[in-house]
Amino acid sequence: MASTPDTVSDLSRRTLLRRAAAAGLLASPAAGLLSACATGSSDKPATGGDKSSDNPLGVPKDSAVEVIVFNGGFGDKYPATDQQLVQEKHAGVKVDLKFTQKIKTEMQPRFSATPPDLINNAGADMMGNDVLANQGALLDLTPLLDAPSWDDPAKKVRDTLAAGTVDSGTLNGKPYALNYVYGVFGIWYNAALFTSKGWNPPKTFDDFFTLAEQIKAAGIAPWVHAGKYPYYMGWPLMDWIQKLGGPEQGRAIDNLEDGAWKTDEVKQVITRIQEMVSKGYVLPGSEGLSHLQSQQAWLDGKAAFIPVGTWLESEMSSPPDPKDDREPKGGRKIPPGFEMTMLPVWDVTGGDKMPYGAARTYAAESWVVPAKAKNPQGGMEFLRAMLSKAGAGKFSELTKAPTVLQGGADAVTGSTALASINNVIKGVGSNQIIVRINDWYADFYNGHQGPIGELMAGRSGVDKFMDDMQRLADKIKKDSKVKKQSR
Amino acid sequence: MRHGRGRFVAGFLAAPLAVYLIFMIWPYVQTLMYSFTSWGGFSNEAPFAGLDNYRQLLSDDTFQAALLHNVFFLVALPLVTILLALFFAFLLNVGGRGNRAGVRGVFGSSVYKVIFFFPQVLSVAIIVILWDALYRTDGQGLINFLLIKLHLVDPNHPLQFVNDPTPFLGVPKVLWWILIVVVWANVGFYLVLFSAAMQSISKDIYEAAMLDGATRVHTFFRITLPLLRDSVSVAWVYIGFVALDMFVWIFALTPQQGGPNHASEVFATVLWREAFTRGQFGYACAMGVAMAIFTLILGAIQLTATRRERIEL
Repeated sequence: MASTPDTVSDLSRRTLLRRAAAAGLLASPAAGLLSACATGSSDKPATGGDKSSDNPLGVPKDSAVEVIVFNGGFGDKYPATDQQLVQEKHAGVKVDLKFTQKIKTEMQPRFSATPPDLINNAGADMMGNDVLANQGALLDLTPLLDAPSWDDPAKKVRDTLAAGTVDSGTLNGKPYALNYVYGVFGIWYNAALFTSKGWNPPKTFDDFFTLAEQIKAAGIAPWVHAGKYPYYMGWPLMDWIQKLGGPEQGRAIDNLEDGAWKTDEVKQVITRIQEMVSKGYVLPGSEGLSHLQSQQAWLDGKAAFIPVGTWLESEMSSPPDPKDDREPKGGRKIPPGFEMTMLPVWDVTGGDKMPYGAARTYAAESWVVPAKAKNPQGGMEFLRAMLSKAGAGKFSELTKAPTVLQGGADAVTGSTALASINNVIKGVGSNQIIVRINDWYADFYNGHQGPIGELMAGRSGVDKFMDDMQRLADKIKKDSKVKKQSR
Repeated sequence: MRHGRGRFVAGFLAAPLAVYLIFMIWPYVQTLMYSFTSWGGFSNEAPFAGLDNYRQLLSDDTFQAALLHNVFFLVALPLVTILLALFFAFLLNVGGRGNRAGVRGVFGSSVYKVIFFFPQVLSVAIIVILWDALYRTDGQGLINFLLIKLHLVDPNHPLQFVNDPTPFLGVPKVLWWILIVVVWANVGFYLVLFSAAMQSISKDIYEAAMLDGATRVHTFFRITLPLLRDSVSVAWVYIGFVALDMFVWIFALTPQQGGPNHASEVFATVLWREAFTRGQFGYACAMGVAMAIFTLILGAIQLTATRRERIEL
């Protein structure tokens, strides 16, 4: 009675056992031999079929391609287009699409011996790409990036992608993941409210603090954030640090350099953020709100600014999930006349190293090919089809989200939100804020949320925050089990 | 005939036994094996690491804090749940006016019984949604809203509930708030368990005691409690399991699944994070083994401490 499973929850016990049993069976020598028979070789990727101009990646004849798609915010409609593209180009090849929300739960046990050919590794239950790459479980996607693009054979796939896309999927110096959706982080406000009150959106922190007094006097909290998930606040926080300190400061943080969190620039930014908290400019109770609750509070006019990424409008206009305890009371509602508008992070001082307009663009929603896939060529070919004008265009049409294919979303038009996002992206130009540390180190992503939460709850101060973050970075740096990245 | 029966029985036993061996025993053995490796979970390679994982456990602050949190639940959860369940069960069964119509519960006890048992019927997910609305941290939270309206809470500093890591009596407040939820969810079941046990106690004993002038307090401590010893002991073991687990509650109710800032980590959440987000399956297996040993020791203590002669009725 008193043994391991009783001490884990019923729910996790079942999954744990299933995983342990499945992984165990697969890892046992006999099963290893079996899988070796099935794949031809258990360690090297399959060699594939003959390459030709029509089949640059060498998809084997009459092969099957198993594609696992995350069935999340982008739905399950769009991959049908890519499936059709691949099957039309390669008669006899069959693409098998499977949809799930439990990527990690279902894929982890399969990884050691019988993984699928392509995985949309995304969502709340995603596997850490750093963890996968460090264990040699992913295939280098260089052949795909160097292959001719779907629409124009004279152009390589890599040259059709938006700036920063390849870098965003690069781990240990190799492009192991392809991020498909393009976006930008910023700060949102309601333009209609601001016009009616005669307020101007701030361009500097000083502007913000002046305006905050007026906003507060109008009975509105100047700032709200998803405190239950402190990484939401981490976005503007780290953007401001890099904007003030410039790309060198950003690199120092990403590269875990000694004292990267102890610089004067970090201190200035955190001091200003702490001022927001101590002056009562943050909606009381923000520190415990979920992303949906905080976004709905902002839509309800309880707060003026909120830091979120490009997906805000589509998220708040999607139907609520009745099973999700993070749903706001009364559902998600965008009030009529509300004009969602995005701003780039404002200036910290008059002397920021990066000019006004600098922002963090990103490529997200990763796709990976397992190293032991039976038909990796087929998996990559599917990705190549996704990066065609037809594939990417359909995706943007269905999901209202731009992809990493340059000009792929030209046909998509829409709201004030989309227009303001386009403005922000245009305004970035060469002043891209780059933050990689969150994808590089799962430990940082998990660990940085504590100190941010404490700062925003007013329980720690500037020095404590800087100490905590530096200690976290140092700990990762010293951990011999963690493979180090740099840029 | 005898021979045939043996084969018959064996035929029935073989399949379930095989299932049990493959899906229960073999994973245990594997967990033990993996705990001596640095297996990452995504490859076939499981390099032997000796006792490294166990050595690392000894210097893992998060793990040790989590252990203490489990101990907190192990002490507080059975204590509060059993005391409340006993108190309610007593009131519902023998707490009413007993002088005229014999021994019975307080007025409306059958209705109360249903109400108390209700959380047991709800799935954990529903309970979590319910308490999430109650525990919401801004002015829109049900509890905060009421307390702010009653001027008991400053609207600029609403209660933070499961988002509050500051200590109360040396234990992070988030754990106390979770304790309330888990007690609420469990007390009904034990109330019914104790009620059933109380109903098997002969009413004559109570009536005799009352004739001799015993008060309700006396009957509770001199009659009810000693005769319920077995039930309470069983309840203690069951709730002990809940307290050692707590995974679902912590995972679903707290920010960052064990936060804020690791203030509510328990054994199971740390193990889960090591295995499934950090890809340290070997280390997580070592945690599992440590957890099993810890549980076995507790079980042994429990069994020896509660061993006592049975009271014959």
